[in-house]
Amino acid sequence: MTTETKLPFDKEYVASFSKGKGEPAWLGDLRLKAIENAETLPMPRPDKTKIDKWNFTQFSSHTVESQTFNSLDELAPEVKALITEASSKNLYIQRNQTSAFLSLTDDLKGKGVIFTDILTAAREHSDLLQKYFMTGVKADEHRLAALHAALLNGGTFLYVPKNVEISEPVQAVYVHDNAEATLFNHVIVVAEDNSSVTYVENYISTVDSSDAIFNIVTEVFANSNARVQYGAVDNLAKGITTYVNRRGVVGRDARIEWALGLMNDGNTISENTTNLVGDGSFTDTKTVVVGSGEQTQNFTTKVVHFGRNSEGFILKHGVMKDSASAIFNGIGKIEHGASKANAEQESRVLMLSEKARGDANPILLIDEDDVTAGHAASVGRVDPVQLYYLMSRGIPQKEAERLVIHGFLAPVVNQLPIEGVKNQLTEVIERKVR
Amino acid sequence: MAGSTLTIKDLHVEIDGKEILKGVNLEIKGGEIHAIMGPNGTGKSTLSSAIMGHPKYVVTSGSITLDGKDVLEMEVDERARAGLFLAMQYPSEINGVTNADFLRSALNSRLGEGNEISLMKFIRKMDKQMDFLEMDQDMSQRYLNEGFSGGEKKRNEILQLMMLQPRIAILDEIDSGLDIDALKVVSKGINEMRGEDFGCLVITHYQRLLNYITPDFVHIMMQGRVVKSGGPELAQRLEAEGYDWIKQELGIEDETVGQEA
Repeated sequence: MTTETKLPFDKEYVASFSKGKGEPAWLGDLRLKAIENAETLPMPRPDKTKIDKWNFTQFSSHTVESQTFNSLDELAPEVKALITEASSKNLYIQRNQTSAFLSLTDDLKGKGVIFTDILTAAREHSDLLQKYFMTGVKADEHRLAALHAALLNGGTFLYVPKNVEISEPVQAVYVHDNAEATLFNHVIVVAEDNSSVTYVENYISTVDSSDAIFNIVTEVFANSNARVQYGAVDNLAKGITTYVNRRGVVGRDARIEWALGLMNDGNTISENTTNLVGDGSFTDTKTVVVGSGEQTQNFTTKVVHFGRNSEGFILKHGVMKDSASAIFNGIGKIEHGASKANAEQESRVLMLSEKARGDANPILLIDEDDVTAGHAASVGRVDPVQLYYLMSRGIPQKEAERLVIHGFLAPVVNQLPIEGVKNQLTEVIERKVR
Repeated sequence: MAGSTLTIKDLHVEIDGKEILKGVNLEIKGGEIHAIMGPNGTGKSTLSSAIMGHPKYVVTSGSITLDGKDVLEMEVDERARAGLFLAMQYPSEINGVTNADFLRSALNSRLGEGNEISLMKFIRKMDKQMDFLEMDQDMSQRYLNEGFSGGEKKRNEILQLMMLQPRIAILDEIDSGLDIDALKVVSKGINEMRGEDFGCLVITHYQRLLNYITPDFVHIMMQGRVVKSGGPELAQRLEAEGYDWIKQELGIEDETVGQEA
């Protein structure tokens, strides 16, 4: 069944917005087609979570203007804490929808690295952007993808040319400090053949909103023999309903390693799909989640194997407290022809309260004979015998619980490539589990 | 300062509604090493778990006091901070928590807020004790007991004992599953602790351990009670003759309490 929804923004608005931003014709056309489709396309259907009643379409403002930052000293302390000396060299800060700060070393510029906000990329690197934009996630996949394409109003383009290896991490921080802001954020990371890059992003709210919508799409392309490490910490306020879709396309012998800390306080649908297209391609996706309050969340991690000898690993650890509920879907799909593929997944959920709900749902879909695959999933409570052991050494119960929870999440937290972000995640976890 | 005294009086303990300990009396003072011996299923491990406060064990009557203070009123962590320590037969494995972080947290919880040990001092202290116990340095950064061999776990229990310096320690079958070299190292650690301020209760099946740690007192447990007490010579006689003579002497047919405990 398709329901028709009256959208708050029409074709005329989209056309004039695109024109106002000086966008190339292809992008304007793509937006217009998407807004047309958005009314009739079905909503995405995350397994086991009903989102029919969630509001992803009704919001009052599409654009807000924010001041740029002249220096990092102007940042709110919690934002500044995310940035280290090393990561400030190649750093993009977006304030709501406004490109507010950008740095890129001359060395990387000289090597042809592009790192800029997505609307600037549309104007200045139109052909290159067109080659990738909405090709990993298609604008006609479902209503939220279409809305995203039509109403795109922020994001980043990171392009690493052939054979360029970037040793220092590249960081993007998306600051939400205006309660009126709605964000359709699009991140594209392209690593050309034999290149390598570490990209880390933070979504952080410094204000709450009453009923805001964040619709985020990320597309990562690791071309032949390239390597992308992608770290993220999402930390958006309670009043924000988030749809976040992070998708990777992995070429021959290439790899994408995800480390995602999904710490939003509001209702969230998170989809992280990696398409292992090339032979010998590899992905490792690690996700850590803390659910608290009344929030409802769905975390779907999917690896699709097309290439022979492709390998995919999914590891998810979630802690659920209060009345929070979450579904953890893990999907390993091996297409016909992907011989010698290996699909492994593990989901662990730790429940801290009687009212919390968590469900780990492992799925293997295999269309090829000569493969290996495995899954493990568990949902449990803090083991009283573990607490007894820790307490028998003098550690008070609260501290013992804290150790067990941190320990439970450590396998993912420790993977985050930037120290500042790792510390942030540790702090967010600390705050959320207290 | 003189050592502490742990006093157990007429202790009755149940697990899942079944009575395992049926009136245990025991007193351990600083400077003394006591050994509790006995066949399987006679309540030895139940005694150690009840003293420490394992959540599954319910004390139905009797008392445990440490220097006159009611241990049964204390939470598990309070018992530890009061000076009790239990080296467990099956230590828990805790993923993601390094041995070092765990030990520092345990040490600091004893020292109290404001008196925490500095990181450097802690590392020096831990390194020193690990050397003494012939443990690999990488054990400090491994997750607590996770993937440790049986011998490594036992050494790690003794490492904790030496780091935390309790007043009264209970060692629950610290010797089971140890080869002779590991047994010597573990005994070396315990003997290092010996002194006026340190009392110890060693629970074991085997006299072998007592060749390395000479006890001052030996107690035999059967049917959930201490049925016989004596000096080190008692352990030697058990080693030579087994338990049958005691059973005959006391007219006991089935020494167990009917359940593996």
